[in-house]
Amino acid sequence: MAHSARRDSPELPDFSILKRLARDQLIYLLEQLPGKKDLFIEADLMSPLDRIANVSTLKQHEVDKLYKVEHKPVISTSDQLCFLIRPRIQTVKWICDVVNADKVPGKSRRYKIIFTPQKFYACEAVLEEQGIFGDVTIDEWPFYLLPLDDDIISLELPEFFQDNFLAGDQRWVRTAGSALHLLYSLYGPFSKVYGIGRCSKMAYESWREQVEEGEQKARQAEIGNVFLIDRDVDFVTPLCSQVVYEGLVDDIFRIKCGCVEFGPDVTSSDKSVKVMLNSQDKVFSEIRNEHFSNVFGFLSQKARNLQTAYDKRRGMDIKQMKAFVSEELKGLKQEHRLLSLHIGASESIMKKKTKQDFQELLKTEHLLLEGFEIRECISYIEEHINRQVSMVESLRLLCLLSITENGLLPKDYRSLKAQYLQSYGVDHLLTFSNLRQLGLLVEQQPGETLTVMESKVGKLVNDKTAGKLTDAFSSLAKKSNFRALSRKLNLVPKMDEEYDLRVPRDMAYIFSGAYIPLSCKLIEQVLERDGWMGLEEVTRLLNGHEFAVTGSSGVDSKGKNDTQRIILVMFLGGCTYSEISALRFLGREKGYKFIVVTTAITNSSRLLEALLGNHV
Amino acid sequence: MAFITASWNPLGDAFYRKTELYEMSWSLRDGLRDSLVAAAPYGGPIALLREPQRRSPSSRPQLEIYSASGGAFASFPWKSGPVVQLGWTVSDELLCIQEDGTVLIYDLFGSFKRHFSMGQEVVQSQVLEAKVFHSPYGTGIAIVTSSSRFTLATNIDDLKLRRLPEVPGLQGKPSCWVVLTQDRQTKVLLSNGPELFILDNTSCTVVCPSGLSPQDGSIVHMSVSFSYKYLALLTDTGHLWTGLSTLQEKLSEVDTKKTTVPKQMLWCRRPKSQQPSVVLMWDRLLLVVGVCNETIQYPIEDPCVLVGEMDGVRIISSSNQELLQEVPLVCQDIFKIASMAPGALLLEAHREYEKSSQKADEYLREIKEQSMLGEAVRQCVEAAGHEYDTNTQKSLMRAASFGKCFLTDFSPDQFVTTCRELRVLNAVRDSSVGLPLTHTQFKQLTLQVLIDRLVYRQFYPLAIEICRYLKIPDYQGVSRVLKHWASCKVQQKDLTDDAIARAVCVKVGDSPGVSYSDIAAKAYECGRAELAIKLLDFEARSGEQVPLLLKMKRSQLALSKAVESGDTDLVYTVVSYLKNEMNRGDFFMTLRNQPVALSLYRQFCKLQEQETLKDLYNQDDDHQELANYYVTASYREKRLEGRLSLLQSAVDEYNKAKNEFAVKATEDEMRLLRFQRKLDDEKGAGLLGLSLQVTMETLLSLGLHKQAEQLYKDFRVPDKRYWWLKLKSLAEKEEWDELEKFSKSKKSPIGYLAFVEVCIKCNNKYEAKKYVSKVTPEQKVKAHLAVGDLEGAADAAIERRNEAEMGAVLSRCSPSNSLVIERLNRARAAIAKNFDSIHTQAPHLDRRTSCCCPFTIKASVCSIAGVIL
Repeated sequence: MAHSARRDSPELPDFSILKRLARDQLIYLLEQLPGKKDLFIEADLMSPLDRIANVSTLKQHEVDKLYKVEHKPVISTSDQLCFLIRPRIQTVKWICDVVNADKVPGKSRRYKIIFTPQKFYACEAVLEEQGIFGDVTIDEWPFYLLPLDDDIISLELPEFFQDNFLAGDQRWVRTAGSALHLLYSLYGPFSKVYGIGRCSKMAYESWREQVEEGEQKARQAEIGNVFLIDRDVDFVTPLCSQVVYEGLVDDIFRIKCGCVEFGPDVTSSDKSVKVMLNSQDKVFSEIRNEHFSNVFGFLSQKARNLQTAYDKRRGMDIKQMKAFVSEELKGLKQEHRLLSLHIGASESIMKKKTKQDFQELLKTEHLLLEGFEIRECISYIEEHINRQVSMVESLRLLCLLSITENGLLPKDYRSLKAQYLQSYGVDHLLTFSNLRQLGLLVEQQPGETLTVMESKVGKLVNDKTAGKLTDAFSSLAKKSNFRALSRKLNLVPKMDEEYDLRVPRDMAYIFSGAYIPLSCKLIEQVLERDGWMGLEEVTRLLNGHEFAVTGSSGVDSKGKNDTQRIILVMFLGGCTYSEISALRFLGREKGYKFIVVTTAITNSSRLLEALLGNHV
Repeated sequence: MAFITASWNPLGDAFYRKTELYEMSWSLRDGLRDSLVAAAPYGGPIALLREPQRRSPSSRPQLEIYSASGGAFASFPWKSGPVVQLGWTVSDELLCIQEDGTVLIYDLFGSFKRHFSMGQEVVQSQVLEAKVFHSPYGTGIAIVTSSSRFTLATNIDDLKLRRLPEVPGLQGKPSCWVVLTQDRQTKVLLSNGPELFILDNTSCTVVCPSGLSPQDGSIVHMSVSFSYKYLALLTDTGHLWTGLSTLQEKLSEVDTKKTTVPKQMLWCRRPKSQQPSVVLMWDRLLLVVGVCNETIQYPIEDPCVLVGEMDGVRIISSSNQELLQEVPLVCQDIFKIASMAPGALLLEAHREYEKSSQKADEYLREIKEQSMLGEAVRQCVEAAGHEYDTNTQKSLMRAASFGKCFLTDFSPDQFVTTCRELRVLNAVRDSSVGLPLTHTQFKQLTLQVLIDRLVYRQFYPLAIEICRYLKIPDYQGVSRVLKHWASCKVQQKDLTDDAIARAVCVKVGDSPGVSYSDIAAKAYECGRAELAIKLLDFEARSGEQVPLLLKMKRSQLALSKAVESGDTDLVYTVVSYLKNEMNRGDFFMTLRNQPVALSLYRQFCKLQEQETLKDLYNQDDDHQELANYYVTASYREKRLEGRLSLLQSAVDEYNKAKNEFAVKATEDEMRLLRFQRKLDDEKGAGLLGLSLQVTMETLLSLGLHKQAEQLYKDFRVPDKRYWWLKLKSLAEKEEWDELEKFSKSKKSPIGYLAFVEVCIKCNNKYEAKKYVSKVTPEQKVKAHLAVGDLEGAADAAIERRNEAEMGAVLSRCSPSNSLVIERLNRARAAIAKNFDSIHTQAPHLDRRTSCCCPFTIKASVCSIAGVIL
């Protein structure tokens, strides 16, 4: 609110085309199966679908009943069934069961499977194995991108993270490439593409391939540069507690597809309310990027303004009153409603977070980021585990400890793990195995200091075969070099001055001034240097795979100047609202406009829940 | 002009002409005598098999293949069985139909391509006669066997043999027969003595051509027109009946007065023919019989072969080749003596113009007066297309161009197209190429097919020139030629793999539409696997390389190429292929070298084939993963015994993986499970499957302190954890006396602040206060604050001279606590004097407090909420 942009930020391209495109494609596919039909929708496609088409649109195209895919026998009586699903083997197997069940009494129906955003051969193989390949028709709905807001586009593929980084399954890479290609063909050509991370590189290559296969059209570019980044480049940021309003709301109430459900404790009634959180919400758009400590100040100011606006009607004559009612009142009422909701949400957040525990928690996090008083932190975590405060929170702290400290001492590693298992059950052995594989929670090799580690990683990168090995087993051999990175990039600001959260001076404000998110800092640095020049040490510590490619279109600086300042950042494996806030801040400071494309919005709980081993 | 009409012969109201196409460049020792000859239409190639019946192995018959101009393509001794009939397919392949029903297919250059059989029964009863015919379905073959049965195949590329029904009374072969294609059905028309039959799939019907009286005798020869529309029947009395091939309508009946059976009889007509005719050939005579009852006779010196074309008949002799055709109407108009057609006048005008004679103007005026100049130009252009002689073409085109100058809005399209096409036609008609196509044939054949035919004949440079000249899009033109060239190049046995690969790469480069994998597939077909692999390397899209590599059994390479392509679907395709092809061990070994494929397959197994997953880990000696697998499995197992045995397997594997920690954890779990089971049985506590912590919690809440204690000791639960547990549990059950006892049992490992807080949480301020005094000095302030004792807190803070703590107390004070506030402020002021000493350590904490400060605003907000709601 108080920030004045140094340069006017350029206008963002209009992403609503993406929605229209997806809707038209879906309608076309539905028309391919003429007549009345029942539609089965995969549970996690419900919300994205809601954003682009409503029930009446579906009904218009002869969808009779809507069902959620629940992996149970179907009760539909329609003779045409249409399945709208993600290309997942479990779902396909369920469809096979449905079809085969119909075969027993000799019921004949028409089946159509629409995979979105694409189909996989493995799914077709299952259909073939189960002998129903000939009974169903298969289509692809290329619904790659869902705009969640003016500047946020999501692929809504949370499994991308798990599949790609944990299981080493690269099936989604091409999807990411196709998504990028879609953006390119609508808003390109891009003048420069930067990236870091193995997956980013592959997605980039997949995209390039698609560009070469397709036809070239000369168009006015609407997006300047592109930055691709893998989630595993920076695990620290998503593991920190979020304290910016939007992030905090996500941590506590879980924003789903840009929409949050506020429970009775927020609405102070007995009903839950679903609220869309985006720039259309005037109240929210002003506080979403604010540190939580400023939110109340803003809200009270807003409340006072609102009161004044209401008060205006005193002393009005009839004519004025009429004008007031017809012009202003509706807006005021709307604002009133939103304001009370956000105040309710803030109060609810306070109730949950004001406790001493939260302060202690933040303090521990900050100590970890700075690398001070590690012993105390460990005992704090121990207590956290012992008291069973929260299964995921404890894990989060453990991971944060391991990453920032480059692994735990063997003694600590064992005892913390043992205690965790005692608290939450031995099945978490698998969780720990997953975390180790991702390099999130590892044991320090005895006798290894930081420098030894650094040189070793350096060797690994140089040595080709060893490089392959690291590639192969994903992050098995990967070590975090957080401390060194933090020094190189100044991620933890000097602490001898007071940090005024009301007037942030850098992106660290999103973590109360304690830490500048690594991912965003990298983006800032690369944009500033127009490449990776001078960041060699940093990329070495990050395990390489960085690239910077100038696009095919010659950049004529005139007229395109505005476009050049529109940067598309693509997070492969998810990004947090805090990161988005940080980028918005950076944009305001430097006159950029960032568009965030992510495989899904994530936060610490989603990240870690994906890695829990006990629900396989 | 007389010289052009010199070769014209009138037939009814039309003219027929013979044009010489070539002096044959072959030198045949014995001419065409005693040879089996097959010449394809559309100026196709000629195949010759000398003395086909000769069977002695010492002197095998020679099979020779020539272009239409007699240029040799191939010649080789015939080593297979006796040949009954030769024929050409639409794609210039030679069909050799043997007596035993085997059909061998050769390409233009005499290399064997494949063979098939016309049916099992033919093996016993020989093929007596065979015919090759063309229909919209492709090239077909019909045979008649010595058992008088007909068998048909309408398309040899999609072989479906149809045995036709028996013909009543037929012994041996019929006196004559033809294949008809009508209404999408292929039928055989045959004559046996006086009877005429139509044989189709299901029946054999006797037919009688309309208007042919039985006195005319039995039919000894028959011929169907190029379009299968007209039929000519010759009887033994020399009567020639012509009519529709449906036999419904008669065109004419002519008495040729020849009773010998001609060697060949063919229709000679062209589209929109004025005067169709039938050409009959005897040893010394060629007779053109018009439907109008008139005839033309040509003497023959050499034995000849007639080839039916869509617009005429080619006559091939050992020395030359001629085209016999009805003179096209437009040529007639222009060249007929004393013709006053506009085209003729224009040609004359131009001729006068070249002589610089004013007569040119007169002629032009004449045309113009009738406003026929446009028509005149059109006629000249069209006639030029029909002429074979280049000089005539030129003079006609020049006349057209001349006439065009006097027209203002005349579209030049026809003129330009004809010029271009003539240039192409003249090029391919050249004797060195030998494709004597007429313009009409060319239009029917289409340029695409012409290019294909040039390619079959390996005239690559010419084909490319034509493509470029006619500006055909690359992927239809040049690329296609290059593809053929490359496929042919890879078959050159005298060149090394490297040389060929290089040559191909240089020529083909990255022309659009040429797929290296196709070329490589060709190389592989020719048995050059190494070359194929080299060529595949040029393929830019690694996905394209995979199918061929699989076919070549280079599965490892295929897999790595698939991985390289980044297309996981492709990787998966290869994986599932390998899974079926290889034995398990090899399959796993292959996967092991390809981590990407391995993880993909693992993902699949996780969902589809759990058992395979186990084998996979086993093979890899990946004990860690194997153990994890067992642990996972144990959670799916409902029975305790099953679960324990799975866990035991996990323990074994963890042991092998040297993961002592996991061994111990798993063993603990087993111990816990047994313990839980025992208690469940004894007390019905419902513990099975709970974590240690929850187990203890449950035990405590059930009041089973002893058992909880036992777990605490057995599992070496840290003191802290146990104290927290017990503290919470006792407080929740409000057993305050027990709690106090417990607090005094030994020094609390979790301090006493915890006691205070837990009591407060359970809303027992009184009990909480009991423990405040025991809290360590550092936590005193917090403890006092927790129980709401501001004064105590203030005392403690002041005593510790800690500014931050004082601040914390102050923030909790309301105006009613003015006394406390005053005291604190005083104390702070006192400290401020000595501030320097503290400053060194304070700022550190300052930020922490500031970041937690949102929580101080709360009071003001509540009031706002009050205003609004």
